Amino acid sequence: MSSLRHLPMVALVGNPNTGKSTLFNALTGLRQRVGNYPGVTVARKSGQCDCGEGVKVELIDLPGLYSLSAASPDEQIVIDVLSGHVAQERRPEAIVVVADATNLLRNLFIASQLAELGLPMAIVLNQADVAEKQGLKIDTDLLSKRLGGIPVVLTSAWKGEGISQVRKAIATVLKQKTLMTQMVWPVELKEAFGKIAEKVQTDTRQTPLVASLQRLLFDTAPNAAERLHWPIHQREGVIREARDQVRRAGYNPLAAEPLIHYAHLRKILDGVVSGGLARALRSAAVDRILLHRVAGPFIFTSIMLGLFASVFWLAKFPMEWIQAGVDALKGVAAPALVQYPMLQSLIADGVIAGVGAFLVFLPQILILFFFIGILEDSGYMARAAFIMDRLFSWCGLNGKSFVPLLSGFACAIPGLLSTRTIEDPKARLATAFAVPFMSCSARFPVYALMCAAFIGPLYGPGWESIVMVGMHLIGLLFAVPTAFVLTRFVLRIRPQPFVLELPRYQLPKPRDVLWRMWQNAAEFISKAGTVIFAITIIVWALCYFPQNTQLADKIRAENPTLSANEVQLRAQAAGIEQSWMGRFGKAVQPIFDPCGFDWKITVGVLASFPAREVIVSTLGITYSIGQDAEADSQDLRQAMQQAKWTEGERVGKPIFSLAAVLALMVFFALCSQCGPTIATLAQESGGWKWAAASFFYMTFLAWVMAVIVYQVVIRLT
Amino acid sequence: MTPLSQLLPGQYGKLVSLSPERAVDQRLMALGLLPGMVLKLVRRAPLGDPIAVEFGGQTVSLRMAEAESLWVDVAADCPIQKPKSTL
Ligand SMILES: Nc1nc2c(ncn2[C@@H]2O[C@H](COP(=O)(O)OP(=O)(O)O)[C@@H](O)[C@H]2O)c(=O)[nH]1
Ligand SMILES: [Mg+2]
Repeated sequence: MSSLRHLPMVALVGNPNTGKSTLFNALTGLRQRVGNYPGVTVARKSGQCDCGEGVKVELIDLPGLYSLSAASPDEQIVIDVLSGHVAQERRPEAIVVVADATNLLRNLFIASQLAELGLPMAIVLNQADVAEKQGLKIDTDLLSKRLGGIPVVLTSAWKGEGISQVRKAIATVLKQKTLMTQMVWPVELKEAFGKIAEKVQTDTRQTPLVASLQRLLFDTAPNAAERLHWPIHQREGVIREARDQVRRAGYNPLAAEPLIHYAHLRKILDGVVSGGLARALRSAAVDRILLHRVAGPFIFTSIMLGLFASVFWLAKFPMEWIQAGVDALKGVAAPALVQYPMLQSLIADGVIAGVGAFLVFLPQILILFFFIGILEDSGYMARAAFIMDRLFSWCGLNGKSFVPLLSGFACAIPGLLSTRTIEDPKARLATAFAVPFMSCSARFPVYALMCAAFIGPLYGPGWESIVMVGMHLIGLLFAVPTAFVLTRFVLRIRPQPFVLELPRYQLPKPRDVLWRMWQNAAEFISKAGTVIFAITIIVWALCYFPQNTQLADKIRAENPTLSANEVQLRAQAAGIEQSWMGRFGKAVQPIFDPCGFDWKITVGVLASFPAREVIVSTLGITYSIGQDAEADSQDLRQAMQQAKWTEGERVGKPIFSLAAVLALMVFFALCSQCGPTIATLAQESGGWKWAAASFFYMTFLAWVMAVIVYQVVIRLT
Repeated sequence: MTPLSQLLPGQYGKLVSLSPERAVDQRLMALGLLPGMVLKLVRRAPLGDPIAVEFGGQTVSLRMAEAESLWVDVAADCPIQKPKSTL
């Protein structure tokens, strides 16, 4: 939000799940993602906060973190923002630490670390409602005094209590620059910091922050040194020496920081908190059922089946309405433009179809995120991950990969969007890579057409179902080894330990859930929507140009007995044959020849790269049935059953042999034929690199497997 | 001393040592799991792994492979923390 740049910037920082985003919404009036899951906030969220007395600030909501030692990229962003290392971003003028009042000790660890940054600070103790219920009493005045007089405010962001005090506290911090009292380090450690500081200064000519010195001394990751551009050969010796000194003082250098901070904080909190024994008893009781060895998986399966059924079936109705709306719109637009055939086709098959192409995903996205919101805010999502982790950990994914993969069976788009709930960047990317392999509902018409036209009639309904199930599993079969190889050998991202807080159960707030649902949909429309629209227009153009307006006349002249409808269907078929797409299909048919695809199938395969279900209508056009052909069209089945090779060594043989049919299905099961998926993958992985990698990998794999299937089966039959 | 992962569900243990060079242990220390602390293995996941561990008033899920460097002294049935150290 560039319009806020003239205002002083204040950052909300704290552990995951403390209520930062909720507080942020309450302070700015802007609403944003609210999750019951550690680490959901990744994007920069900012808003204007009016603090009274004419003070206005730009407030930013930073990702949650437990420590400054920057294990993950999310955590690194927080540190970079707070030390002013982010390009195009100002260094905040003050920090508001949001702490969970029910677990002050742990929540103040990050505050204690942040104090070393030397930024003015206030502390918000949130979730006061829960603390009260647990019988905890917190002496905020005493805490404030012990921390050097910084404002300490007790709030319940959820109930909207204490928000005005937070505003006042922000104004105070900015005016009085209140600093949290820094911890007194043992002298040996101070000396160690000093040694490093000296060397940094001579080597890099920078005066480092005390906080950076601590990162250099305590962290195993080299991030801090990289920020200072301090090369390894210069720093190695100094840091080792400094660590030896810490060791001589009786501390393990890698454990010294939390040990000393926590000892310090225990003293600070002595007498500040009293009462409170009833903690989390209710959650433990609920866990006894929901995580029970037998009941747990059973309940989990029911919940997930419910989720899947909703995404799959509930979304069906609005999707049909959208489809009907799109068709109705076409029905209105097409006759109105009948004098201008090109414009007519552009509007009807390009623009309207393009808008429909991404609108159609909205119901599934909205429904999935509605359920994810409930699962997260209630606290169940972490339990779901706990139950499922074992099944995923061996291939580099984790328990949180389950929901995205399951959603992928309905549609890859919501599946990809839901990978956001995975904190570990490595597992997140690997899951996103695996999701498009899941057999989405758009593959179904292809399997249905092939099975009904060929497998069923030739081998009976038994084999038809077996093939159908097989096709739904084949993607999974390839996705798992892909994830394994990816996480083991390809991705150079440091994996995060799977340490997952099991938060307390809580009733979700409908307002929060609905808002989050809407935010995800809005982001999808604005980012992926435009790409999907563009792809539809491009494919339309490829299938439309160059257009020969005399085709229909020529066909009518050659076959005077044909009805007007027949003429039009044949003209369409001839039209696509000589379009760029048709010519391209014929040109690249040799590539698909080893899979047993003729040029018509090839054109169908190519035309369905933006959306795989398009193959059915494309085959409809090329077989002169018309583009409205559906998977259960008898005419289309017949036309395909009768199709024969007209040239080459297979002349006279049926094109759709068992081998070709199976090859075609395997190809569709594995190929990356979905523009929206690619666009969304690019959006979620932060660039086109992984989207392109996924596209080429899946497509190549699909081709190889189709060739293998065709060549093997043709020899066996 | 026993590895944490060998506690029985419901059993308490006092943390004796961890391996600060491991990323997991770093994360746990940041959460306040430090030597001397009493913790409880609440339960195992239905498939045996991961485990849910309670300490300092919070419940955390840990993979067995990642918890192997945590060594505890089994405490017969020590109530988890007196209010003072719950902080
Ligand atoms: N009981 C209670 N719950 C809260 C309060 N503030 C936030 N929450 C809930 O805590 C969870 C995490 O909140 P969120 O704002 O996403 O935390 P963040 O991760 O720090 O951004 C959500 O389920 C909120 O509804 C509060 O004051 N009281
Ligand atoms: Mg948040």
